[in-house]
Amino acid sequence: MDNRPQTREGIANTLSEAAYGFHNRLMMIPPYRWISAALAYSGISARALLILPPYLWLLLFFLAPFIIVFKISFAEYAISQPPYTALFELIDDVYLQIRLNLENYQLLFQDDLYWRAYLNSVKIAGISTFLALLVGYPLALAMVRAPRQWRLALLMLVILPFWTSFLIRVYAWIGILKKEGLLNLLLLNMGVIDQPLTILNTDIAVYIGIIYSYLPFMVLPLYASLEKMDESLLEAAADLGSRPVKAFWQITFPLSLPGVAAGCFLVFIPAIGEFVIPDLLGGSGTLMIGKTLWAEFFSNRDWPLSSAVAVVLLLLLIIPIVVFQKMQEKNRAL
Amino acid sequence: MNKGLSWFTWSALILGFGFLYLPIILLVLFSFNESRLVTVWGGFSTKWYSELFNNQGLMNAAWVTLKVAFISSSAATLLGTMAGVILIRSGAFRGRTLFSGMIYAPLVMPEVITGLSLLLMFVAISLDRGFLTVTIAHITFSMCYVAVVVQSRLATFDHSIEEAAMDLGCPPAKTFFAVTLPIILPAVVSGWLLSFTLSLDDLVIASFTTGPGATTLPMKIYSQVRLGVTPEINAISTILVGLVAMGVLVASYISRRNEATRVLDERLAAAVES
Repeated sequence: MDNRPQTREGIANTLSEAAYGFHNRLMMIPPYRWISAALAYSGISARALLILPPYLWLLLFFLAPFIIVFKISFAEYAISQPPYTALFELIDDVYLQIRLNLENYQLLFQDDLYWRAYLNSVKIAGISTFLALLVGYPLALAMVRAPRQWRLALLMLVILPFWTSFLIRVYAWIGILKKEGLLNLLLLNMGVIDQPLTILNTDIAVYIGIIYSYLPFMVLPLYASLEKMDESLLEAAADLGSRPVKAFWQITFPLSLPGVAAGCFLVFIPAIGEFVIPDLLGGSGTLMIGKTLWAEFFSNRDWPLSSAVAVVLLLLLIIPIVVFQKMQEKNRAL
Repeated sequence: MNKGLSWFTWSALILGFGFLYLPIILLVLFSFNESRLVTVWGGFSTKWYSELFNNQGLMNAAWVTLKVAFISSSAATLLGTMAGVILIRSGAFRGRTLFSGMIYAPLVMPEVITGLSLLLMFVAISLDRGFLTVTIAHITFSMCYVAVVVQSRLATFDHSIEEAAMDLGCPPAKTFFAVTLPIILPAVVSGWLLSFTLSLDDLVIASFTTGPGATTLPMKIYSQVRLGVTPEINAISTILVGLVAMGVLVASYISRRNEATRVLDERLAAAVES
């Protein structure tokens, strides 16, 4: 007989007994007993104790920081420690004075540096997403059409770069794209060009960087939706005399649209707020909002203004997220 | 489809994977270059690796990064597993919508915003920036990834297995350890690995939340990369890529072996019954 299930049950027994034993031992300590009794009396169950730690953690380190960002975005820059003015002040210990400073937001809309950075982020993210779709779709389609026994290995090959360092993958492109880099060397030696191309420190390098870094996010949902497709539909189309290209546009592509939407979403959203890629591959003229926020914070030390930049960026992101969620719900309803 | 692969499939696979892997292969290749220039091959050499291990600053940063990654991924796995189990098994409770919102939001949040908001939080509660604050920041975003991985694994399993165990008189804690945990264990393990690599990799959030004495490896690499491409960075990148590739291969080997033994178990059980 196989004894694996028994050992597994043995381990579970030991663990649960240890948990109860620990609880019983702690019950000998009065404060623990009192708290435990109080919790039981007030109807707080073991379930609540399971919920509380992650809940409190997220409230403290995710939600509260946002409220603080929102608050500081209404403060004024000051040369002090920390470098912003207080929003609430008690005057004579009686009156609470609230000073809301809207200048940060005004500046964002008046100074064209900022709104151009927002627009440019959307533009660069949009173009990169479209190009990533152009690169990712054939790859996903080819993976689905490859022999079945290859599929798991191919899937692993797509996922593997995602596990390796993002920074290193971006860095790898500097050596390829720079003026004395490998790409120029190759093209010069092949005689395609006679002057080295300037690619590094331009928007083109940023597109390449985003496509390269986020390609797995595009390919995986596409692969998932293409794999689910019923092949007999294509066979039927071929039997009825439809050419493969036409069959692709009439059957394969429309059926893979949920995958297309998911892939585009997963590339577009992180690309908008991207910092590392435009900073390392882009030039001084490459305006992206993540870079602006970083510079505002680290170079100008203007915490209130960078908070306002963050708040507006969040508002900008909410639109595509809500649109995508509506689409997902519609797909689920179908 | 056994008609042989079309030219389209072949070229898409070769071009696609070439695009994905060529930059990394070139990076690894040039880490063994004798010459300091990245484009000129000056012969095979491992001198950049020995220089790396003599670089005290880099080694310190690597040690800090490993400590942060280990502590934060372990804590994130614990909190994230709890959160994932809650999302699927806890039914309705007050503030559930807020809870699931807080789990999913960090996944789409730009890193610059997460970093900035956590920093302002640490300043507001006057917590000195350093090792502790980086670790807290990493736990916060990693636990959401773990929660999502665990809940997607749990969602595909039938709740009735657990209910059956409880109906047969199994206490909740034992049900969790005997039934639920074995089911979600692969997800918990891959959640830990994911947190670990996310933490190893993070530049932006660490830059915001760190303080003196807690410079992480990505920050060190970043400040050197800004000065230009050097074979030393290629060498350290090669080591990191190699470690991660090995980890992923071992993990997938283990999970496939577990899968194989599970299938074998089921077949044996079926054979015994019949």
